[in-house]
Amino acid sequence: MNLKTWIGAAAPLAADPGIRRIVVGGEDWRRIAEDLAAAGGRLLALWGQDAGAGYPAVFAAYATAAGLLLAELPFEAPPGDASIYPGLQDLFPFASRMQRAVYDLYGLRSTDADTRPWLRHAPDGGYEFVRVEGDGVHEIPVGPVHAGIIEPGHFRFSVVGEKVLRLEERLGFTHKGIERRFLDFDVEQGCRLAARVCGDSAVAYSWAYCRALEDRVGVEIPRRANWLRALALELERIANHLGDLGALGNDAGFAFGLTQFSRLKEGLLRATEAAFGRRYLLDTIAPGGVCGDLPAAAGAALERELAYVAAETVALRDIYDEHAGLRDRFVGAGAVAPELAARLGLTGLAGRASGQAYDLRTDLRDAPYDELRAAKCGAETGDVAARVTLRFDEVAESCRLGRRILGDLPAGGVRTNVPPPAADSLGIGIIEGWRGPVLVALAAAAGGRIRRCHPHDPSWQNWPALEHAVIDNIVPDFPLINKSFNLAYSGHDL
Amino acid sequence: MKPIEWLTQVLEVGAALAAAPLFQGWVNQCRAWLQNRRAPSLLLPYRGLRKLLHKDAVIATNASPLFRVAPYVVFATMLTAAAVIPSMGTRLPFSTAADAIALVGLFATARMFLALAAMDIGTPFGTLGARREMMVGFLAEPALLMIVFVASLISSTTALPLISEHLATRALVLSPSLAFTAVAFTMVLLAENGRIPIDNPATHLELTMIHEAMLLEYSARHLALMELGADLKLLNYACIGFALFIPWGSATGGAGPLALAAAIPALALKLLVAGAVLALIETLSAKLRVFRAPEFLATAFLFAVLGMLVHLLLGA
Repeated sequence: MNLKTWIGAAAPLAADPGIRRIVVGGEDWRRIAEDLAAAGGRLLALWGQDAGAGYPAVFAAYATAAGLLLAELPFEAPPGDASIYPGLQDLFPFASRMQRAVYDLYGLRSTDADTRPWLRHAPDGGYEFVRVEGDGVHEIPVGPVHAGIIEPGHFRFSVVGEKVLRLEERLGFTHKGIERRFLDFDVEQGCRLAARVCGDSAVAYSWAYCRALEDRVGVEIPRRANWLRALALELERIANHLGDLGALGNDAGFAFGLTQFSRLKEGLLRATEAAFGRRYLLDTIAPGGVCGDLPAAAGAALERELAYVAAETVALRDIYDEHAGLRDRFVGAGAVAPELAARLGLTGLAGRASGQAYDLRTDLRDAPYDELRAAKCGAETGDVAARVTLRFDEVAESCRLGRRILGDLPAGGVRTNVPPPAADSLGIGIIEGWRGPVLVALAAAAGGRIRRCHPHDPSWQNWPALEHAVIDNIVPDFPLINKSFNLAYSGHDL
Repeated sequence: MKPIEWLTQVLEVGAALAAAPLFQGWVNQCRAWLQNRRAPSLLLPYRGLRKLLHKDAVIATNASPLFRVAPYVVFATMLTAAAVIPSMGTRLPFSTAADAIALVGLFATARMFLALAAMDIGTPFGTLGARREMMVGFLAEPALLMIVFVASLISSTTALPLISEHLATRALVLSPSLAFTAVAFTMVLLAENGRIPIDNPATHLELTMIHEAMLLEYSARHLALMELGADLKLLNYACIGFALFIPWGSATGGAGPLALAAAIPALALKLLVAGAVLALIETLSAKLRVFRAPEFLATAFLFAVLGMLVHLLLGA
């Protein structure tokens, strides 16, 4: 079967005809993946549920040229030896870790060979890393506790001298049972938890959550609220990019960059606080709209701040581009070629730096981006320099978008009432956060309770690609390469 | 042996010990200003040392005696080096103990103990840092020796105080050979003291560290001694630079107490300027890739050789 047939066989999801859902058996589960992979489709997320959510099942969300396709594979029996489904690792390499996480959390096993636990760590902390044998090969274990104050992750390097032969990551140290915690809330409160799944992408998560909720009940979000949501998303993108650009300079020993970008970021955060009441926009987006309206004076100040950030970033970009020492560190380090990126399913910012020109803001053109017309930025070389360049480009574009929004902000209300969704209904929300597409799948139970909620971070796709990016680089370049990806721990570990 | 010579000796070592953290604090302060940050207190390094000296040392169970001894060796070596470097006066009773070549050897001894101690515990970071330190060291030492040789050829002696005295008291001439050597020396100073662009003393990224990686297992008084040793090393290098390239202002020959008293502000002024220049170099450059370090130090060696060739061929 081809892509069209599958799309045709699938039923549109609630009110959003762009997302279609198909319930399949084990054989079709695999065939869909094969056909979609052949047609250039991308796996967005893979997650599971147990009998607590009605029945055990695994889900896979694909992005195709014809829209989003959600495949669902239900199991008759409770999780056990019989609950085995075909693995997708050969088609989508990063599916492996998600399948291992599904087993850890819900006991549903894939047929793929790698069955090591991923999120559920053994009590003794044991884990079988892949060993690299050879003359002069030795291992460097790093983390989960690091010399600096950063999130916990373990990195096992196999090196010869300074050259990295292999890197193996081990994550899951910040696993805190987010999916289970969602069950304690009703759909309205769930938004606040969604914003806290990954603190640096609060807007993306809360907006994706709201999309998952709103689309199915057919609520029309006020136009002004939608524009304000986009403003919040762009502010989050700019703030994160500014922080990363400074940190990238600092990691290359260029502390001047850190202080300058920290200054810019701080200025932006203060303007954000004046406009939205929060430096980081944790509880800004709520089901039905946004939590508060933007005062006109604060909006004008925010627009001035964005103009200032845009101008200063241009000046700093010249310094970064013309600094021989920085260029030497950035160019060629941690390169992921476009072909490799396509095979690994590299997504979001890192994907666009490696020629994977996907950006939901321009690809889907959901409101308000149908009116705002975001320009898609991209690069081909896939090295640290490309990811730096892309961040500069996106800061400029997001500043432009932000000013456009503030200049043409429609009048009207900013919040509308959202009726509770029907029991057993499933919604999918997907938003291009600063790191990449954030997906939230939300299943409702009777009485407006949450039956099941799965937040998916783009870091799931990109962490495995980092392992490839550092091969043949030298050990002291790893922090720089890692920072240029800047992937999430908390959002990934759930 | 005149009493004034002993006074010079005691003053020099005492001043080096007392002022080394201050110099480090001054460099940090300049760096902060240049990076548009508010600067930490000048006295911060002293507070750090006091804090460390009040703590209980934690030592890995598999540490050998070498690990405990190394901080004392490193510190003592640096203090000995301070005793033979003419920072204020050139008549030093101690200077007969070690000439400039032995001084290079003293630094090498400290480096060897530091590297061995880093590998002693067997953590990957210590080994990583020690390997990189030895790589930098074996490239920096020949360059440093070559610098010393140029100065020795000019003044026909290898004793550092006598070299300095000769350079300070001869007729003032612009010497291209010394100019080349000064460039080489600055590069060696950066590499040997773990400064940007070779190493980053302020980094928290364990995988990129050189000097800091070797100290990760140290705590309390051992760490204090290691840090004081590193502060002394930087000061020593600065004073070697002054002795070779700007020797004016220090008390030479049979100068009396007055000249010695005048040498103190002269040294302070030189350190003030040197610290600011060091901070400026560090702020303007990014850290080099580790494998660019050989190129960097080969350039330093080349400059030193050029200095020597200029001296031999042109006599300048």
